[in-house]
Amino acid sequence: MGILAWTWIIVGVTFALYIGIAIWTRATSSKEFYVAGGGVSPLMNGMATAADWMSAASFISLAGIVSFEGYDGSVYLMGWTGGYVLLALLLAPYLRKFGKFTVPDFIGDRYYSNTARIVAVVAALIVSFTYVAGQMRGVGIVFSRYLEVDINTGVYIGMAIVLFYAVLGGMKGITYTQVAQYMVLIFAFMVPAIFISIQMTGNPIPQLGFGSKGEDGMYLLQKLDGLQKELGFHEYTSGSKSLIDVFAITLALMVGTAGLPHVIVRFFTVPKVSDARLSAGWALVFIAILYTTVPAVAVFARTNLIETVSNKQYKDMPDWVGNWEKTGLLAFEDKNADGVVQYVADAQLNELTIDKDIMVLANPEIANLPNWVVALVGAGALAAALSTAAGLLLVIASSISHDLLKKVLVPKITERQELYAARGSAAVAVVIAGYFGINPPGFVAAVVALAFGLAAASFFPAIVLGIFDKRMNRQGAVTGMIIGLSLMLFYMLKFKFGIFDGGKDAVAGLAGDWWFGISPEGFGTVAMIVNFVISVIVSRLTTAPPENIQHLIEDIRIPKGAGAAVAH
Amino acid sequence: MTKLDVKGYWKENLKYLVILLSVWFLVSYVFGIILVNQLNTITMGGYKLGFWFAQQGSMYVFVILIFIYVKLMSKLDKKYGVEE
Repeated sequence: MGILAWTWIIVGVTFALYIGIAIWTRATSSKEFYVAGGGVSPLMNGMATAADWMSAASFISLAGIVSFEGYDGSVYLMGWTGGYVLLALLLAPYLRKFGKFTVPDFIGDRYYSNTARIVAVVAALIVSFTYVAGQMRGVGIVFSRYLEVDINTGVYIGMAIVLFYAVLGGMKGITYTQVAQYMVLIFAFMVPAIFISIQMTGNPIPQLGFGSKGEDGMYLLQKLDGLQKELGFHEYTSGSKSLIDVFAITLALMVGTAGLPHVIVRFFTVPKVSDARLSAGWALVFIAILYTTVPAVAVFARTNLIETVSNKQYKDMPDWVGNWEKTGLLAFEDKNADGVVQYVADAQLNELTIDKDIMVLANPEIANLPNWVVALVGAGALAAALSTAAGLLLVIASSISHDLLKKVLVPKITERQELYAARGSAAVAVVIAGYFGINPPGFVAAVVALAFGLAAASFFPAIVLGIFDKRMNRQGAVTGMIIGLSLMLFYMLKFKFGIFDGGKDAVAGLAGDWWFGISPEGFGTVAMIVNFVISVIVSRLTTAPPENIQHLIEDIRIPKGAGAAVAH
Repeated sequence: MTKLDVKGYWKENLKYLVILLSVWFLVSYVFGIILVNQLNTITMGGYKLGFWFAQQGSMYVFVILIFIYVKLMSKLDKKYGVEE
């Protein structure tokens, strides 16, 4: 059976599964809609968090990025896993004890202020919308590559599926579909990785395989370092970014991860405080299975690619080269007309352009794996994109129906009406996300990476100080969040979009002016520190928070009584 | 429960946080970033040690840290009688 037939079968079966789960677990109350009734087991929640967290970018692009960047790609590996330590130790248990539904709930109540609540809602919406647009686009691209439909048709199909189970099931439906999606995506990622590891090193565990010797008796990493140098690239195991920038990017990604509303809200769904801690542990286990495999896949793919194409006759190239040339992800231009592929670092002489996504998408074909494995990768990528999109849409829906309508605009709204409003805003959010998926603004790809900077600059300090600093008050937190967020936005606009210096073309020339040599991706670290400092200074110059708030803080610091906190 | 209990509980909790976060910082920022070139002179099988910490070791340690924290805290909850 061909790849196309296999893909339709596997994607069809998995989609039927997601819809079946959604019907079976649909939400009947607003509490089920927002936090799945607070009854999800830590293991299940860990799995759902992992699927929620790992997006199309983690599944499709990450191995490719690491593959091309080598050591520099470590910032994503450490940055996107280390954040869970912060989440488990500094946020999750306390927010679970607090026991409401959303991040703006916490900010609004802890800082006894609807201004703080609205600032948090705005930040949550900015972060979530930029992120979800990228996911819908990802769904469209996967459909177009694997199922040979138009990208837009792919986005429509993705919208219909997400609409169905996010609107019907709310958090409850999303949680159990995410569990299924995790299993699909991890299976789809691991099967080719294991196959290739056996092929190249004889070791079935990819994490060990990429530190082993290949058939020629040479350590794989050593060989790759040699190949890279020969072609003029930097050594694979060493970096080319400055130390301070690597440091800043890693920290911004970690702190941003811990501050992302769609991740935090998952910890509201478990029954107890101790479950929230445990659940963060499980989430990281499930994430680490994929994230520790990524660098192995990166090394296998890079070595395979160089050995297959470098200095070989173009007419002798294997079939997959032609297949992927059609998609535009791979391009060969015979500059010196010798019929041989020169793949080198020097842009003047290099004849092969390769999109980073190909490292995962074409990897099974490059390694000559069976057709069903190739098809599986498509289903896995869709699972990753859909699960993340659904989690984000829920944050958007609850920000509007719960944080804005119920808490600020119409407090008298009934439970039934609130549930309708939640479903309605989820539906509207899907349509908007779909619109951005079909007409992607040029900045989407760039902004997704920066969503972490924004989350780091706004939420993380406000929540951590809210728990660990009893003296922190409304004035301090609001000023800190606004200044942190504005500073991050300013830096992004100046150095990522060149708005103040003549647009996108000027961006490259501005790198020399980076503050402290830190790139826009790493600037979240600086903005976060500024937020912390300003919050503390302002709070000490203004009045202490009222007594009932001080009691609230003492209450969230101890696990006892978490059950009661949910019921109020 | 007296107020003192909560204070003691919180103090021990903060002590755990400082220790665990120091390890978190050490394996990622110190071993994986700051000292990466020095550690890369040491090899472990096919891995240079600094590179291994950055792309493998730090993630394993992160997972272990969270489970140690879970264990420590459930003991602490019991000790101070604040468990659910």
